[in-house]
Amino acid sequence: MTTTAIPTPASEADVTDRPPTAAAAPHGENRAGWLFATPFLAFYIAFLIGPVVIGLVISLFNTTTVKAGVGSWVGLSNYADVLSNKDFWASMWHSVLFTLLTTPLLVLLPLIFAIFASRMVRNQWFFRLAFFAPYVVPSAAVCLIFAFMYTPETGLITNAFGWFGLTAPDFFGSTSGAWFAVVLLTLWWTFGFNFILYTAAIQEISEEVYEAATIDGAGPWQQIRLITAPLLRPTMGLVLILQVLASLKVFDQIYILLAGGPAYSTRPVIQYIYDTGFSSYRGGYAAAATMVYFVVLVLISAGWFLVRRRSNSANA
Amino acid sequence: MANTVVSTVAAPAADTKPARRRGAPDQGGKAFNRLAATCVTLFALIWLIPFLWALITSLRPNEEIAAHPTTPWSNNWTLDAYRFAWDSSPLGWWYVNSFIISTLTVIFTVVVCSMVAFALVHLNFRGKYVVFGLILAGLMLPTEALVLPQFMEFRALGLLGTYWAVILPSVALPVAVFVFHSFIKAIPVSLVEAARLDGASWWRVYRQIAMPLSRPAISAVAILTFITSWNAFLWPLLVLTQTKSQTIPVGLSSLVGGAAIQYAETMASAVLGILPLLAVFLVLQRQIAQGVSNTGIK
Repeated sequence: MTTTAIPTPASEADVTDRPPTAAAAPHGENRAGWLFATPFLAFYIAFLIGPVVIGLVISLFNTTTVKAGVGSWVGLSNYADVLSNKDFWASMWHSVLFTLLTTPLLVLLPLIFAIFASRMVRNQWFFRLAFFAPYVVPSAAVCLIFAFMYTPETGLITNAFGWFGLTAPDFFGSTSGAWFAVVLLTLWWTFGFNFILYTAAIQEISEEVYEAATIDGAGPWQQIRLITAPLLRPTMGLVLILQVLASLKVFDQIYILLAGGPAYSTRPVIQYIYDTGFSSYRGGYAAAATMVYFVVLVLISAGWFLVRRRSNSANA
Repeated sequence: MANTVVSTVAAPAADTKPARRRGAPDQGGKAFNRLAATCVTLFALIWLIPFLWALITSLRPNEEIAAHPTTPWSNNWTLDAYRFAWDSSPLGWWYVNSFIISTLTVIFTVVVCSMVAFALVHLNFRGKYVVFGLILAGLMLPTEALVLPQFMEFRALGLLGTYWAVILPSVALPVAVFVFHSFIKAIPVSLVEAARLDGASWWRVYRQIAMPLSRPAISAVAILTFITSWNAFLWPLLVLTQTKSQTIPVGLSSLVGGAAIQYAETMASAVLGILPLLAVFLVLQRQIAQGVSNTGIK
């Protein structure tokens, strides 16, 4: 199996499986162990735990982003403000809507095409190139190219609608057009990542299973439905959670292509934090919004982790 | 050699197998395979269009683009747009900044994460489980969401506007620790014990046994860290405010929505922004794909 960003609970057992060696004195190992772990822990505590603590503290003060210092204590009133703010909930909804629009496409389409591509003998490199190359392109370059293709009247995509007898939506002026623009761009940009994850999983399925199925008279469609799809279910779960978490953290493409517009109707929550914290300088308030959003993301990760653990122990 | 040691990780297996046809050799199976092939090839060709379109546009004169916006051909191919794009924005600086930042991030990440992974596998120290649990929990930390408190922290440290502000937050990468952990775990304990009996220090065991045997892990982590770091947008946007100190993605983003008539120049900038990583990708295609399937870094 492949290692994953969110490891299987089984990996906790990894630390125990090497018994202490008789050769090394425990005392020396203790010191060496901490020396090896210290650089990582220093970075981890300073720049991963640190911001969480700082965010928590600042959210309780009326800090401004322009001046040093935390300002004065305001208790939980920043949280009350955030939770009763329409703009905050609107931006939360935009991030969720983006996730709802992109996740089904980015979980299912790469699956279908990875299965199709796996049935070809040659030219695997070509699919990897075509689908995965966009993933290494910086978001800003993707947005430059797509903004050009979305140009009203002259853009390639705008004109492509006309070839099929359709009228292109207003990609920059209407909310639905803007969502269409940003979802299509995201599909093109990140499709290859999930495609590669599926392709790797398909290649781990033993060839003998297919041979046996062929002897039993199973056609290609039956093979896909009864062998490939069930065996890919764990990978689908992984792709799904990675996609949900990535989509909920959307910022780059919406900010660069649309600036959250038209009229903030697509602004995602990270941009809301950015706007309140860095344009309106309301540091304490933006920190409270950060913590709310942070807790939502952690709960989703932790929830998935627990579900996985339960299904793993059920299988064991 | 390394491949045999790390075979449990299944990393190299994915690509060394030759591609094979799956499915029945009968008539229906062939038709299905042909249909699938057509479908996926068509899709892949569509996927290449944005790249080709940017390239073609960047090589056409602006008047021609304005007159025939959707013609993929030119009678006057020209490189003028590239000269203009290079002269009108500090692209050279952006390249240098991106390169220095990404390289330093890779070096720090590989060293720091492999060291802690080595300690977790081979050393029994007090508090090991706490460290392990902490790193496991770190996988769930959405660091992108924490830019605001991070910004406050770096302002307090007086590091805003420096390379360090971009490099330091991405060094402690929990995923990288687990990649190294799984590779180092596959090294036979007897090898380490023999070296210890010969009087090698733990540092030497790490440097001369663990690291050389984890080369696939080093390259996977290095390549993916480089790509992630090169393409990072929000954090560099916040901390690098001087035009000349920006990275490629931040610099390029300022061109979006700019002069609407300079199509060729804009596309030339986009192509120049894509070029370095695309070159790396073309050379290291296989390793990159392998690295992604090993780590699931996103």
